Amino acid sequence: MLLSGADIVVKTLIEQGCDTVFGYPGGQILNVYDSLYTHQNEINHILTAHEQGAAHAADGYSRTTGKVGVVISTSGPGATNLVTGIATAYLDSIPMVAICGNVPTTHIGTDSFQEIDITGITLPITKHNYFVGNVAKLADTIREAFRLAKSGRPGPVLIDVPKDVQIAKCEYEPQPPVEKAEPFTAKDIRIIEAAKLINAAKRPYIYFGGGLITANAQAEMLGIAEKTDAYIGCSLMGLSAIPTDHPRFLGMQGMHGHFASSMAMHKADLILSLGVRFNDRATGNREKFAKGAAIVHIDVDGSELCKTVNAVCGLRGDLKWTLAKLLPMLNENKKPEWTAEVGALRQEEANRLDHREGLTPRNAILALNQYLGKNTAVCTDVGQHQMWAAQSLVFKTPRRFLTSGGLGTMGYGMGAAIGAAFGTKERSVLVTGDGSFGMNLNELATAVKYNIPIVILIMNNGVLGMVRQWQTLFFNKHYSNTVLERKTNFTAFAKSFGAESEAVNTPEELDAALGRAFKTEGPYVIDCMIDKDEFVLPMLPPGGSMDDIITKLEVEQ
Amino acid sequence: MSRFTVAVLVNNQFGVLNRVTSMFRRRQFNISALTVSETESSEFSRITVVFDGEEIAKQQLINQLYKLPDVCSIKEFSDDNSISCELLLIKMKNEENTRGDIRGAVEAFGAITVDYSKDYMMFRLTDTTRRIDDFIDLMKDFTILEICRTGSVSLERGSTTIRQPVNL
Repeated sequence: MLLSGADIVVKTLIEQGCDTVFGYPGGQILNVYDSLYTHQNEINHILTAHEQGAAHAADGYSRTTGKVGVVISTSGPGATNLVTGIATAYLDSIPMVAICGNVPTTHIGTDSFQEIDITGITLPITKHNYFVGNVAKLADTIREAFRLAKSGRPGPVLIDVPKDVQIAKCEYEPQPPVEKAEPFTAKDIRIIEAAKLINAAKRPYIYFGGGLITANAQAEMLGIAEKTDAYIGCSLMGLSAIPTDHPRFLGMQGMHGHFASSMAMHKADLILSLGVRFNDRATGNREKFAKGAAIVHIDVDGSELCKTVNAVCGLRGDLKWTLAKLLPMLNENKKPEWTAEVGALRQEEANRLDHREGLTPRNAILALNQYLGKNTAVCTDVGQHQMWAAQSLVFKTPRRFLTSGGLGTMGYGMGAAIGAAFGTKERSVLVTGDGSFGMNLNELATAVKYNIPIVILIMNNGVLGMVRQWQTLFFNKHYSNTVLERKTNFTAFAKSFGAESEAVNTPEELDAALGRAFKTEGPYVIDCMIDKDEFVLPMLPPGGSMDDIITKLEVEQ
Repeated sequence: MSRFTVAVLVNNQFGVLNRVTSMFRRRQFNISALTVSETESSEFSRITVVFDGEEIAKQQLINQLYKLPDVCSIKEFSDDNSISCELLLIKMKNEENTRGDIRGAVEAFGAITVDYSKDYMMFRLTDTTRRIDDFIDLMKDFTILEICRTGSVSLERGSTTIRQPVNL
């Protein structure tokens, strides 16, 4: 059938199985929005308050569903407003397709009104991007973008569609949704090498990241852990892949990781690393990182092997397939000494736990845990609250913890929580701080408009807590620009936006508020007051090693 | 630190050079020469990269190149398995007292005189990068007005070509 470019965009999205898109209209994308109007029974468009929120929502939708998230914006500022959202998805390997309008091809390069070189701008933060200059190539370009976004190591792909290409007509034939590129297994010789190393290990530790969730390789990983008596830790991005209460799971490792997890990794003689990239927040000083361990590293992206940490054995391949092949080559044996050692570390961690009463950050998260359903997605922003959530939340289901791990985007959570609610078709939760929430609180309007049930827990300490923590530790308590001293009344703000809200000062008040929030249809903002001198502990100082770990901190008032 | 030559076959698409060089820049690869040219097929362009660094950095460079969807295949060349050459144009001041020495060097290196006037002389030399470096070193004793060199291009010896798919 003969269709306009705009119709082809929408038809191809529908054809690719996309039923929900997030975005914001504007002059150079009007034609696509006209087509969205025509096809509103087949594809649901969520209008956000700002394009950044739309990008984060597409990201949140993708993280919870595993599907490709789609965001649409106009040219110029619409497109540049997507940048942080695209970069966030890129750093966390989230499949996303961003579609932007642009000025007509005849105007490109003339600095027209709302013209911007968005393919140039997003070059380093996309897997690939396209400027579609010919309507005949539009449908296939969108298909190729979907295929790229979800294949191998997923990531965002951007398509720039000039206005005249949206208007031009072309034959369109629907096609089935594209499949992702066929996964591949690591080379046999490498798998044999890895098996030898693992079989020789006395203190094996499995370290997994977001790649394990992408590959859906939890069962294979747990099989290996069981067989080799290995203990398991993960990066921030790995959280929620396996249930927090799994007996072999020691929790997140790294700068603010669980003591037992980081320590077991430090003491291991073999680290089986799965879908991780050994970010500096995970390793600390790489010269001193896991000195005694042989690192076996499996990743679908070959460039991650030996990028920052030298693996003795690097395997490029799909995790699920490669682990399935590795598993039968491993010897089954028990390692009672290692188990005892890890047990002692766990005991030590338990002894160090923060058991203070009152509205401490940990108590707030523990209270929240009581209300989380099996399918509830918890999103965070970035800062202290993010680490407290990562440390103390109890996860039950994969893809239910959404956090900006790589880029560390303050303001990510509000959009992500909207996307997550659409992705899970359930209430989502946002744990945030007063600093982060301040960055994108405009999206509360979106949550109200669509009556999206989101429980928003603001850990309000009146300061930019994480930066302040660094200032306390490393900058002689020079609290430069981290004391907010705003007069914002979050409860009044939320109510003015049409959301329900209350402020809480005690654990009892918090519990009661959570009870109300989790029964409310629509967003519910809880302004939870915590002390400004709370710290995220333990902490590996930047560039430090496990010998430098800070587990206790007294701040003189 | 070693020197590596890598040939990259890329889709002949608008902006493809930008994609490749943008990756080099953001990952801080130390590129000493880069050439782009058409190939036997209009579908592809060929980029020859000369890179200084450690083995591990070179491996990273190749791995990162493979991640660009426009990259079709990559081949790494050594002196043993390939022929490499580059082109130099050099403009020298024409002076009575140095003219003889310059022309002697030109003859010894097999360079060709492409222009000649009473003020200046221009030579062309096609040779390996190293021989061109040596020639320029010699010329530094005289007055160099301008230099332009192309960077190295390389082809593998034998009948195999870069288009035959390579698996990492």
